[in-house]
Amino acid sequence: MSTLNKNSANGAANMPIVSINNLHKSFGDVEVLKGVSMDIHKGEVVCIIGPSGSGKSTLIRCINALNDINSGSISVEGQEVHSDTLDKLELRKKVGMVFQQYNLFPHKTVLENVMMAPLQVLKQNKAEVKVRALNLLKKVRLDGREDFYPGQLSGGQQQRVAIARSLAMEPDVMLFDEVTAALDPETVKEVLVTIKELAEDGMTCILVTHEMGFAKEVADQIYFTDLGHIVESGTPEVFFNHAKDPRTIEFLSQVL
Amino acid sequence: MTDYKYKTDLPVLLPAAKRLARKDERDAIWGFGLMRPSGRQLSVFAIFLILITGVAEARSPDNQQGIISILIEWTPFLFEGFLFNILISAMAMLLGTVLGGILGLMQISLIPSIKHSSWFVTQFFRNSPWLCLLFFTMYMLPFEFDLGFVVIPFPDWLKAVLGLSLPIMANMSEIVRGAIQSIPFGQWEAAESLAFTRRQQLWQIILPQCVKRMLAPWMNWYAILTMATVLASIVGVNEVMTRVSEVLASTGGRVDLLAPLYFYIMTWFFLYTYPIARLTMRAERKFNVNT
Repeated sequence: MSTLNKNSANGAANMPIVSINNLHKSFGDVEVLKGVSMDIHKGEVVCIIGPSGSGKSTLIRCINALNDINSGSISVEGQEVHSDTLDKLELRKKVGMVFQQYNLFPHKTVLENVMMAPLQVLKQNKAEVKVRALNLLKKVRLDGREDFYPGQLSGGQQQRVAIARSLAMEPDVMLFDEVTAALDPETVKEVLVTIKELAEDGMTCILVTHEMGFAKEVADQIYFTDLGHIVESGTPEVFFNHAKDPRTIEFLSQVL
Repeated sequence: MTDYKYKTDLPVLLPAAKRLARKDERDAIWGFGLMRPSGRQLSVFAIFLILITGVAEARSPDNQQGIISILIEWTPFLFEGFLFNILISAMAMLLGTVLGGILGLMQISLIPSIKHSSWFVTQFFRNSPWLCLLFFTMYMLPFEFDLGFVVIPFPDWLKAVLGLSLPIMANMSEIVRGAIQSIPFGQWEAAESLAFTRRQQLWQIILPQCVKRMLAPWMNWYAILTMATVLASIVGVNEVMTRVSEVLASTGGRVDLLAPLYFYIMTWFFLYTYPIARLTMRAERKFNVNT
């Protein structure tokens, strides 16, 4: 899908916060992304859905430069991500990421996990960071668990710590890479509620997800990827009720 | 009594519960539980000791000094040599650990030349016989360094420290590399996406998690090294095995003295290294939980 107003943005207000243009990415001989474009504006919640192996995770990993790309462009707040002049650290201060496997630091307590990056990367004042961290933990409903180690928490709790940890850096965009895929059904909900509240607070969120109900409820824009292309995109209403592409229709008939 | 800890309703487990309770009592008596000898082990050891000295005593001619009195007489002399072994082992371990740590970190460098050369050095020293390395340092290095204004002596025992530290260095390098690579890649990625620099990722996130994984193999290598220090006798360092030979020579090369004397020294090494092996087991068990 191409976006119409890519170059016509006349001012910061209209400028997309993340802009992906004709992105190509291969792993060896396998081309995973074959020309993907999308614009994400501030405060938008975007869900990327699609069958396994369609390049969804690769796509969002490219946004914070965890993967490099073969051609095309990605810019975050006007800064080209895949250029030699990119300051990766600056980019990652703006873009938070939450992973499927939580990836909490097991040797640190919950509070330390959340405080670590602001203290050591942003060199912020410890007292301020602590106040913020405690607030964030409260927000993800984990107050009282500050001194636990990740191994003592359930998967859902760990994932919420991971969200709080990422938010502690005060990013402008949050990437969620199948964050509920490793969770059992009961804990999926607590994580989704957290993300929903985050979205309602105006955080720009890009999610790779298999939770159709959640996408329907929360997303402003849904992109459907298959075999490295975006085959369909639109608002949840349009996407779920008036899909045009046969692949989308087939996929939806299987998952809904 | 401590058997309340091991309550069981299954009759088949009762003997095991009883054994565990007895073990606990022994631990209580022996403190840290580093040796934890059972009655059976102690009696086997005692029988062995009596047998060896007894046989030797019986074989020795009547007009000569008794074996046990010889052992007692030479104990201070031998023990001094043994302490020297411990010193060499400690210094070689220290040096090997420092060098090996650096080499191991070089092995995960992103710069190909550093990565490959450190890999080569590691493999070279890891796959060389220790004695070869010892001979190498012994005969290839000068006995002193003349810096023009000052002459620094480089005695044999220091060369032995260096020679023994080389295989430790190589194995430590592998331990460090292996531990780092055993940490899930997601840890690196999570740290990376939080804008940590690579150096911070390594030192703040990855290495602290490696320490406990490295501890057990590290201690294991120390035990191996301690026993290998006797190799230094071959290159003439005045350590315990060299002194054993001197004792044998000074008593006129008595054949009946060989077995008890060596057994005596083996016992010392055992008493020193076995607790380390037990500590290693403890460390392994402790750190296996909750990772």
